[in-house]
Amino acid sequence: MSEQQYEKYYVPAQSPWPIVGAVALFLIAVGAGNFVIETTKGKDGYGGWTLLAGLAILVIMLVGWFRDQIEESMTGMHSNQLGRSYRQGMSWFIFSEVMFFAAFFGALFYARMIAVPWLGGSSNNAMTNEVLWPGFEAMWPLVKTPGGTTTEAMGWFGLPLANTVVLLISSVTAHFAHVALEEGKRKQLTLFLGVTILLGLGFLVLQVEEYVHAYREMGLMLTSGVYGNTFFMLTGFHGLHVTLGTILLIIMFFRVLKGHFSKDNQFAFQAASWYWHFVDVVWVLLFIFVYIL
Amino acid sequence: MALPRMNNWSFWILPFAFLILLSSLFLEGGGPNFGWTFYAPLSTTYSNDSTALFVFSVHIMGASSIMGAINVIVTIFNMRAPGMTWMKMPLFVWTWLITAFLLIAVMPVLAGAVTMVLTDKFFGTSFFNAAGGGDPVLFQHIFWFFGHPEVYIMILPAFGIISQIVPTFSRKPLFGYASMVYATASIALLSFIVWAHHMFTTGMPVAAELFFMFATMLISVPTGVKVFNWVATMWRGAITFEIPMLFALAFIVLFTIGGFSGLMLAITPVDFQYHDTYFVVAHFHYVLVTGAVFSIMAAVYYWLPKWCGKMYDLGLAKWHFWCSLISVNVLFFPMHFVGLAGMPRRIPDYALQFADFNKWISIGGFAFGLSQLIFLALLIKACRKQGEPATDRVWEGAEGLEWEIPSPAPYHTFETPPVVK
Repeated sequence: MSEQQYEKYYVPAQSPWPIVGAVALFLIAVGAGNFVIETTKGKDGYGGWTLLAGLAILVIMLVGWFRDQIEESMTGMHSNQLGRSYRQGMSWFIFSEVMFFAAFFGALFYARMIAVPWLGGSSNNAMTNEVLWPGFEAMWPLVKTPGGTTTEAMGWFGLPLANTVVLLISSVTAHFAHVALEEGKRKQLTLFLGVTILLGLGFLVLQVEEYVHAYREMGLMLTSGVYGNTFFMLTGFHGLHVTLGTILLIIMFFRVLKGHFSKDNQFAFQAASWYWHFVDVVWVLLFIFVYIL
Repeated sequence: MALPRMNNWSFWILPFAFLILLSSLFLEGGGPNFGWTFYAPLSTTYSNDSTALFVFSVHIMGASSIMGAINVIVTIFNMRAPGMTWMKMPLFVWTWLITAFLLIAVMPVLAGAVTMVLTDKFFGTSFFNAAGGGDPVLFQHIFWFFGHPEVYIMILPAFGIISQIVPTFSRKPLFGYASMVYATASIALLSFIVWAHHMFTTGMPVAAELFFMFATMLISVPTGVKVFNWVATMWRGAITFEIPMLFALAFIVLFTIGGFSGLMLAITPVDFQYHDTYFVVAHFHYVLVTGAVFSIMAAVYYWLPKWCGKMYDLGLAKWHFWCSLISVNVLFFPMHFVGLAGMPRRIPDYALQFADFNKWISIGGFAFGLSQLIFLALLIKACRKQGEPATDRVWEGAEGLEWEIPSPAPYHTFETPPVVK
């Protein structure tokens, strides 16, 4: 490798967006913290407004950052090496998301396999049950907590099953959209991407429906003991991720309409579709461990 | 860096996040009052409202760490100079790669833990509340699943630094390079299956206690490989004792003491006695202060001439080293004795018989703190560009790309990838 010339390192122009983003996260964290204190303790304050201001700045920052980024990408300033960096970065980000869900799945498994049986007196915990929680019987779903709160268990048939089907189909259509992009079939690309977005929105609507049903008719709430906690926290965080994924896909949809992306220049599209497949996989695990088993 | 703007973002988040954490001290009711481990129910039932700010500041710090770590990994995977094969990489880079992997794997778990604390405290969930079917011990499991890899996040780069410095001043290549890489990777993997050794006294089943005891003791194997390799690198080397080497030698000896006390703590039945005593405090200060902090000082003394282009004040540096070395041992060594004699941690008052040892601990503490003022003076002098100009290579035995370029390094160090032969 004597006289071979290597691609120059990509050095982007100076950008104000990172520090704007840091200010946004600062306001979001301060605002969210105060908002939580104010709403749960019934105090007055500016937490909510601070949070909204932070979110607004975050949106402005994201729009600005991505606009610059898209412009640089479309004018061919990005090197191949940068494209690989983006893809690897996105995969590691998804891995970090997997670990976030792992924490909540871990809590679910621990509560179900260890905490609840022990409270019910299994292993060497007979006295815990006798003395501290007399009359408590271990069960899962935990419809009657040691403290005496009762609730109903969410079945897997009906709405959750329908949601599973919706999300699985959307994963397939997202894949078809990607294949269409690879083959340069723009019409099919637009069609399949549009269908994926509609399915995503449909999932979210059904999820809201399910929550309303749980709260109004079943008495299954966030406060209904560890079954309700794990149910709402797992499905809730998943729902937030679906929302984010849908927003990403909608952005991709408009970029496709503007004629962006090709076989060789499609990182943003790829990232959004990876993210979409990831939320699907999480849902399948949720469906198995939260609903069915 | 592969993703420079994201790097910038992750950097700027940190001061803001710390600002939030510090400002919570001034809130009504006071700041977070449950220590860095924020065990439930201290952080849920018994905490004050500033917990919400604590939680969200930890969230954005986590985001910052994850972004930084992704950047490190992607840079190493994708931006290595031509010819820089995996097994040619400097060990400091290897240890950073593995550290970054640990960060991405465990910071989200910490985010999950603080989120559960938040909802338990403010939104009526019962993850850590037995009345709702949860368990306070669940908190400790999640926390230490993050917390144990986290301590390796602090020590692995230290191993990398020492593995750069010892060969330089022994004028020999690192002994057992490949085994160093594998040892680092093994330590990282093992760190995921040892977390419950922080919880031996919480009433786990015997099988779990045994598993975590043996898994923990396994870690001493790759760690022993490292210590052996450093010593073997020095064996028959042409050793000189410049300041970085002094710190590196202190590191090897003192970290090994911390490693051995860790091995003692890993033995479950013995840990029942040591748990929450000053023996534990002695252990983790030997690995983190004379370990991680000493390695950072070694690194500063090693690379400072490269950073600012001037050789620092060697007289001050020697004073700093010897004062730190003596005072840090006066500070932490007696803790072993008071701990074994039964003085508990986290209790501000103690039985009279511990007074003499505590007097020495306090003297050591003040002396160690004051010694760092020497370091501060040295750094200020270096930042003001006082001192002899440094050569490109700085140290006679230094090898690696950073020593091929001028001191201080030019803006954007390399415009095109340098070729590594």
